[in-house]
Amino acid sequence: MEPLMAVAIGLLYAAAIFMMLRRSIVKLVIGLMLLSNAANLLIFTTAGMTRGVPPLIAEGMMLPPSGVADPLPQAVVLTAIVIAFGVLAFAVVLIRRAYEVVKADDLDKMKDTDT
Amino acid sequence: MRPEVALPVLLPLLTGAVSLLFWRSRPMQRFLAVAGNVALLIVSLWLFVSTLSDGYVTMQMGSWPAPFGITLIADLLSAVMVLMTAIIGLAMGVYSLATTGRGHEKFGYYPLMHLLLAGVMGAFLTGDIFNLYVWFEVMLVASFALLILGGERAQMEGAIKYVTLNLLASVIFLTAVGLLYGMVGTLNMADIALRMDEAEHTGMVEVLAVMFMVAFGIKAAAFPLFFWLPASYHTPPVAVSALFAGLLTKVGVYAMFRVFTLMFDQTMGYLQEIMFWGAAFTMVTGVLGAAAQHEFRRILSFHIVSQIGYMILGLALYTPLAIAGGVFAIVHNMVVKTNLFLISGITHRLQGTYQLKKMGGLYRERPWLAVAFFLSAFSLAGIPPLSGFFAKFVIVRAGLEVEAYVVTGIALAVGLMTLYSMVKIWNEVFWKSLPEDNHVPETATPTGDDGRLLKPSLWMMYLPVMVLALFSLLIGVLAEPIMWVMMGIGDQLFEPSGYIEAVLGASASADDVLLQPTGAEDQPKADAGEAAR
Repeated sequence: MEPLMAVAIGLLYAAAIFMMLRRSIVKLVIGLMLLSNAANLLIFTTAGMTRGVPPLIAEGMMLPPSGVADPLPQAVVLTAIVIAFGVLAFAVVLIRRAYEVVKADDLDKMKDTDT
Repeated sequence: MRPEVALPVLLPLLTGAVSLLFWRSRPMQRFLAVAGNVALLIVSLWLFVSTLSDGYVTMQMGSWPAPFGITLIADLLSAVMVLMTAIIGLAMGVYSLATTGRGHEKFGYYPLMHLLLAGVMGAFLTGDIFNLYVWFEVMLVASFALLILGGERAQMEGAIKYVTLNLLASVIFLTAVGLLYGMVGTLNMADIALRMDEAEHTGMVEVLAVMFMVAFGIKAAAFPLFFWLPASYHTPPVAVSALFAGLLTKVGVYAMFRVFTLMFDQTMGYLQEIMFWGAAFTMVTGVLGAAAQHEFRRILSFHIVSQIGYMILGLALYTPLAIAGGVFAIVHNMVVKTNLFLISGITHRLQGTYQLKKMGGLYRERPWLAVAFFLSAFSLAGIPPLSGFFAKFVIVRAGLEVEAYVVTGIALAVGLMTLYSMVKIWNEVFWKSLPEDNHVPETATPTGDDGRLLKPSLWMMYLPVMVLALFSLLIGVLAEPIMWVMMGIGDQLFEPSGYIEAVLGASASADDVLLQPTGAEDQPKADAGEAAR
């Protein structure tokens, strides 16, 4: 499973960078979305993928059974998803407002502030 | 249980939430902006004093023992950063009362300011690497919203660059955290530091170190990664620019200091070369960029970049003295840079423009403003006896001690170039007479976003400017005790076993206790005194 995930994550990163290098601001935001998803999958995979052993302690026991899935990366990924969701919601509103003001979705037309 | 570690984070969150409740009440929000930040300053002083006496103040959230729960920890570095943030926050609270237009206030300027402060404080005080990421995001989201309040074209364009590059940095940071967790299986920074020493040395450690360097380098606006900063910092209302200039990049620098002294100290030899040249190019490109500009806030934005170079140079030299100098540079820069932006706001109010060519004659008209600018600008350039001189002096001395002559020479030359830019502003804005084609309005110019005159509040703009200018002078005059604190920081960062022990308890690092944090400060005191002279 891990090699497959590694390839998928690599492809996601590549696709994200490709999209971010396009000139359209919509594609830029799509790139950002793919990028944060790639990072979440990466955390999920590097922390070790364990199937069928939930981190639950049976009644009357003091310790969980050996080889349980690590719950921490899941909590981390969950937090990261929520953060990414909020930030991307902002980014979508931002590009909409920018489109209204600049009247173009072309990043090359947005260089008034550069020098 | 040490409440003072958690309070600097909780207070701004609380004031932010309360001022959200008073969404429609402008006076209440304005009152909270000042009162909340006064309370924040008091709490930060409390934290600073107890850190000064104990060395480390820790708190385990929810009483979960150290590597499992989230740890809040203040060492001297965190405490100093928190204190400076509170000072800047209070200055901004007062200044915002006079400059923020009603339009901004109506859309939650003050709650956002509190949340930004909460994010910054949290980043300084957390002892957990993922939690650091979360605080970074809190800070970023608040800054995004502040940046685009007003919704002018320049703001939107600046914001797109700012948002994209900062999100990219966040994702690189998050990726690095994920890989790090896969390698050592913990997120507590002290625990990571312990396990890194035991971890098998594959190339992964270097890869992670470079990923952290790139992520924090973008946030700190270091050399090849700084382009978002000059593109966006001159676009929002001046109070927001000043707040960003004083705080945001410094959080990136702080994170670099923390991560590279604590977790990646064994890769420092390898990374030093990169950091050296990164720092050198940051200083040079920043100052050259500023030389080409003729707009008040753009010049200042490029100087932020240039000054970041000094801080990173302090880390790259990697001796206790150099780290002390780097932190001194951060402290000095927070005060001076914020103040220069505040002054640019006053001149804009008085003359209605940021273009240097169109301004003039303020030396005659407002001599005290000229004095405040003179103090801040010459402090930035490093003229004794102002604060910038000592920051540079310590870094240069540390550079000479490790015989890094080229980079030290560059640092000195950049000081001269900084002086050139500051003299340019001085000549154009204060010294030369007002050009005749600039028709300055009879009354003071309004903030511009809703056309209301806010004239009587000019003294509220002067007050923080004067206090911060005085502060810069005081840092210079009281350099010896401040240097003593800085040397304490240098020793603490250079010897992370004290930090690890404070988080994990004595048992974890009993083998490699080399230095007690309190005993360590006596020895460098003499050295610091000498350096200050």
